[in-house]
Amino acid sequence: MNKKQKKALNSIIISIILLTAISIFLHFVNIPIQLEFVLYMAPYLIIGYDILKKAVKGIFNRQVFDENFLMAVATVGAIVLGEFREGVAVMLFYQIGELFQSVAVGKSRKSISALMDIRPDYANILVDGEIEQIDPDDVEIGTEIIVNPGEKVPIDGIIVSGSTTLNTSALTGESLPRSAVSGDEIISGCINMTGAITVRTTKPFGESTVSKILDLVENSSMKKSRSENFITKFAKYYTPAVCYAALALAFLPPLILLITGNSPQWSVWVIRALTFLVISCPCALVISIPLSFFGGIGCASSNGILVKGSNYLESLSETKYIMFDKTGTLTKGVFEVVDIFPEYGFTKDKLLELAAYAENASSHPISLSLKRAYGKKLDIEKISDVKEIAGHGISAVVEGKTVCAGNIKLMKKLGLNDVACDKIGTIVYVAIDNVYAGCIVIADVVKDTSRAAIDALRTNGVKQTVMLTGDNKQTAEKIASDIGIDIVKSELLPADKVEEVEKIINMKSEKEKLAFVGDGINDAPVLSRADVGIAMGGLGSDAAIEAADIVLMDDDPAKIALAMKISVRTLSIVKQNIVFALLVKFICLALGAVGIANMWIAIFADVGVMIIAVINATRALRI
Amino acid sequence: MKKTYKVEVDCANCAAKMEEAVKKTEGVKDAALSFMTLKLKVEFEEGADIEAVMQNALKNCKKVEDDCEIFL
Repeated sequence: MNKKQKKALNSIIISIILLTAISIFLHFVNIPIQLEFVLYMAPYLIIGYDILKKAVKGIFNRQVFDENFLMAVATVGAIVLGEFREGVAVMLFYQIGELFQSVAVGKSRKSISALMDIRPDYANILVDGEIEQIDPDDVEIGTEIIVNPGEKVPIDGIIVSGSTTLNTSALTGESLPRSAVSGDEIISGCINMTGAITVRTTKPFGESTVSKILDLVENSSMKKSRSENFITKFAKYYTPAVCYAALALAFLPPLILLITGNSPQWSVWVIRALTFLVISCPCALVISIPLSFFGGIGCASSNGILVKGSNYLESLSETKYIMFDKTGTLTKGVFEVVDIFPEYGFTKDKLLELAAYAENASSHPISLSLKRAYGKKLDIEKISDVKEIAGHGISAVVEGKTVCAGNIKLMKKLGLNDVACDKIGTIVYVAIDNVYAGCIVIADVVKDTSRAAIDALRTNGVKQTVMLTGDNKQTAEKIASDIGIDIVKSELLPADKVEEVEKIINMKSEKEKLAFVGDGINDAPVLSRADVGIAMGGLGSDAAIEAADIVLMDDDPAKIALAMKISVRTLSIVKQNIVFALLVKFICLALGAVGIANMWIAIFADVGVMIIAVINATRALRI
Repeated sequence: MKKTYKVEVDCANCAAKMEEAVKKTEGVKDAALSFMTLKLKVEFEEGADIEAVMQNALKNCKKVEDDCEIFL
C-alpha cells in the first residue's frame, strides 16, 4: 500500500469505530436530533471530507457530474432527510470500495509488470582492474562489460571471452537454454546462467533489444481498443444522463402526485433518486476493460508474444483469414539434407561423407548444409586436387578416389545419363571415379510446429489459411499439402503479395479480420496492409519489430494460435465485464427507481460490481 | 515531437477525462494516457513550446480532476 492508501485505510478504520460507537450509544440513550446530527458529523467528515472538497471544486471547475459529486449529493441528501447513519455508511462504503479498487489495480499492475520485468538495473565494467556497477544508460558503444552468472545481459553486444548458457525465456517464452560462446552475438534481456562472460557492446542501452521491447510493451496500452473507446464514450453520456434521470425521479413523481391530489411523499422519492445516483457510478466499466487488455498483453508477452496495442489484441480475436509467407515463417528458411539415395554398393553415410569432403572448401549454402548434415570434423589432409567446375559443381580427390558432386549437368558431362532424380528440392548428384554413386536431396524444411499451428488456428475459428510465396509452384504446393494450408499462391513478387492481401480484404466482411504472418524482412508493406501484421521477430530483428503489430519472439508458428487463444480469452473477459456491469447496474437502477433497492444494494451495485469486474479482469493474465 | 510523462491518478474514469483535457490543450496534436502504466504520451504541434503547453495541460487536467499529477 502506498501513502495515500494507508491514509485512506486509517480514516476508514477511525470512522468505522466512531460509527459503531455512536450507533451503540444511541441505541441506549435518547438525545435530541440536533445533537445526534452533530455526533454523526464526526465520522462523516473524517471519511468524506476530501470527497466533499472535490465535489465543490468540481462545481467551480464546471465538472458537475463526476462521481465525487454523485457521492456528495447522495450522502448530503440522506443526511438532510434525517438518515444520518445511512449517509455516513454510504460514504464509508464508497471509500472502502475506492481503497479496494486502488489496491486491486495496484496489485495487478505490479503482477503484470513483474511478468515483463526484463529491465536490467546495472552493467558491470572494469575500471582499473576493479568491477564497478554503473547505469546501463551510461555505457558507451564498444565498452567491454562483464556479465556474471545469474545476471541479466544489460546491453546488446558480442561475446569477447567466456562461454555460457543463456536463459532467453523472458524474451521468447522458450524455456530451453541456449549456449553462447566467444564471438557470438548476445542480446540484452537474456539471463546469464552458467559462466562469466565479457561482452563488447554494439549498441547504446536505449537501442538495445531490452529497451525496445520494454518501450513497446509499455506503450501498448496507449493504443486503445474499440471496446475501451466505446466505454469511455459511453461513460461521457451515461453519467449526466443518470443525473438528469435522478433529478426527474426526485421531482416528477411527487409533482404528479401533488397535481392528482395525493400526498407528494417527497422524502421517499428523494431517497430513491439518491440511491439511483449511487448505483450509477461508471467506474467498474471504465476500469475493467483496459485492465483486462493489459492482463492479456502481459500474458502474451510472458509467452514471447509482443502485442503492440490493445486494438491489435482485439482484432486478432476476430481474425478469420490468415495469410502466411512461406520461407522463414512456415519453413525454417535454411537448407537441410532431407533425403539420400545411394546407388547399390554405397551406404547413405558414405555418400554423405564423400560429398561433404568434396564440398569442404566451398562456402555455398548447399555445401554448408552437406557439411552440417555430415556433422563430423573433416580431415583436410584426405582432400587434394579440388576443382570448382563453374555452373556444374566440384571435383576433388578424397582418399585417392575422384569424387564429383554437383548438378545433373555435371553428371552429363561425365557421361552419366539417365540418373535424374525427380524429388522436390535441390539435388546434389555424386559420382565416384566416374561411377554414379547416388544423390542427396537438399530442401528447405517445414518447421516442426507448422502443421499443428495450422490445425490449432482452424479450431480457433480461422476460416481460411493462405500461403504466399515467391517459390515455384511444385515446392509450394508440396509444403502446403504437408501442413494443411487451404490456398497456395506461388511464384509471387513482393508487389503481388500486397495485391493478394487486397483481394481478400475487399472480399471479406468488415467484421472479419485478416492477419498476415511474415518474417518481417521483405514483408513490411504486407504487414502494414493487413488488419493484424504478425512478424516472426527472431531474436531482436529490428525490421520486424518496427513493421508488425504483433511480434513472435521465437519464430514459432504455434505461437500464432496461442496469441489467438489469449486474445479470444481476453475479449471474452472484456465482454463478460461489460455485460455483467451494465446488467447489474440497469437492474439495480430499475429496482432503485421503484423503491425495491435500498442504499445497501446501491453500494453493492457500485463497489461490488467494480471489485468483481477487477478480479475477473486479472484472469486475463493467465492462459 | 513526442514525449512521455509519468502521471498519477486514482480512477480509470478520471484518467479518461485527463486524456481528453490534455488533447484539448493548445499545442497538443494528440495524447494518450494509459491508466495501467500511468503514462501519458503527448504528441506536440510543430514548433510548440513544450514547457508551456505541458503547464497548460496540467492546469486543464486539474480542472477536470483535482486529484491528479503529471510529473513534468
